[in-house]
Amino acid sequence: MAHKIVEGLLYTESDEWVRVEGEIAIVGITDYAQDKLGDIVYIEEAVQGNKVVKEDKVATIESVKAASDINAPVSGEIVEVNKSVVKDPAIVNNDPYSKGWLFKIKIDNTEEIKDLLNAKGYEEYRKE
Amino acid sequence: MDLKRTPLYEEHKKLGAKLVTFHDWEMPLQYTSIIEEHLNVRNNVGIFDVSHMGEIEIHGKDAVNFADYLVTNSIKESKIGRVKYTPMCYPDGGEVDDLFVYKLGEDFILLVVNASNYDKDLDWVIKNKGLFNVRIDCKSYDWGEVAIQGPKAEQFLIRYFEGPKALDKLGYFQSMYGRLFGKEILVSRTGYTGEDGFEVYSDNDSIVYIWQEALNEGREFNIKPAGLGARDTLRFEVGYWLYGNDIDQRTNPIEAGQGFAVKFEKGDFIGKEALLKAQENINRKLVGLHIHEGGIPRHGAIIFKGDKNAGFVTSGNFCPTLNSINAMAYVESAYTIPETELTVFLHNKLNKCMVVNLPFVEPRAGKKKI
Repeated sequence: MAHKIVEGLLYTESDEWVRVEGEIAIVGITDYAQDKLGDIVYIEEAVQGNKVVKEDKVATIESVKAASDINAPVSGEIVEVNKSVVKDPAIVNNDPYSKGWLFKIKIDNTEEIKDLLNAKGYEEYRKE
Repeated sequence: MDLKRTPLYEEHKKLGAKLVTFHDWEMPLQYTSIIEEHLNVRNNVGIFDVSHMGEIEIHGKDAVNFADYLVTNSIKESKIGRVKYTPMCYPDGGEVDDLFVYKLGEDFILLVVNASNYDKDLDWVIKNKGLFNVRIDCKSYDWGEVAIQGPKAEQFLIRYFEGPKALDKLGYFQSMYGRLFGKEILVSRTGYTGEDGFEVYSDNDSIVYIWQEALNEGREFNIKPAGLGARDTLRFEVGYWLYGNDIDQRTNPIEAGQGFAVKFEKGDFIGKEALLKAQENINRKLVGLHIHEGGIPRHGAIIFKGDKNAGFVTSGNFCPTLNSINAMAYVESAYTIPETELTVFLHNKLNKCMVVNLPFVEPRAGKKKI
């Protein structure tokens, strides 16, 4: 089954997606990541107000079969977390790119965005 | 080494199953979603490919006595057709495996063992044959097996079964020969889900036909294939042991809560002395834990009482029926009373949990009056 990759988003090699809106980065996991995990049943959310450095582990997602760390794609401050996915983690399976977003980071250094993959780059990376 | 495949491998691929490696076998983990498949077994009926299970036949005049020497449960008191769940132990009381023993004749015993332990079990059985007058046949690759499990299993299968009696007259942990969809089978009212249901054995070609027919004919009962993922969450909810997780060569049946399947009065059997001693001195017990926070503790997670190590998790998972996270764990005897507050080390911190009785979900299997 082909996994959905959304144009206009940026991606990490650890399967997070990032939507940049001004100085805010909205972060979630990709369709590939949710499918690989299977039924998601628990999310330990990022902590609002925490300062994070790029590639820090900021949240944990657990499915029936496995646990997966979610890393910060960029450095900055966690300014908002999605409470509704903590209550109903299956949202991440059903709608990973929209309602299933996990947290928002106020970006410290916009230069870091350049290190992220675009949709085509992520598609190529996942094909390998 | 090439992975082993069951006769149903092509069917799994056709159904779009996610395949995984399970102890040298390439098996379906899930077809759609573990939780969906789990709930369909609890509410309707599911079909599992369990052809990877190992079958060892014991034939001969001493078949029953030999089986009674190998396993802890009592076989000789059984009538023909009876199935027993039992541990099989080493002399020190540790478990070689847990298995089903089918008494198919006074001179014919069938052992159905875990796929992961098949080679080890076969060696163990052969090694202990001694002077018993028996012939040991390894038939695992000649048998296919499906498990059809769920509250609607009986009303579905009864229409397609022909045998010495109707399927609704077959008692819990009883077996008989017959035909299903016209194919010769051995069927037992047994399973690993906690639901009422059947396990069906047939030759490799017939099992494919039975699988296909079951999925076609079972539509009105909402039959769905279920993978190893659901098999694990279903067994976990009802507190059934998984060898390699909850029991192994370092655990004994007494502490694992399998004392009901250890019959000291039946005569000599391997591990008897060690288990008698174990009964006198129980240091730890397998208990249930409600996990209040922190995620899912998996096999090996450490349990604490205050700052003192109090045990370890053997299995942990989300329970779809309860919508909560629970674990099975060996805990020091002093802390096994329900509602005891403990902590479990998980994701680099201690998280609160509480001792509860097993099982988490009361099995419905065996509750029906036959």
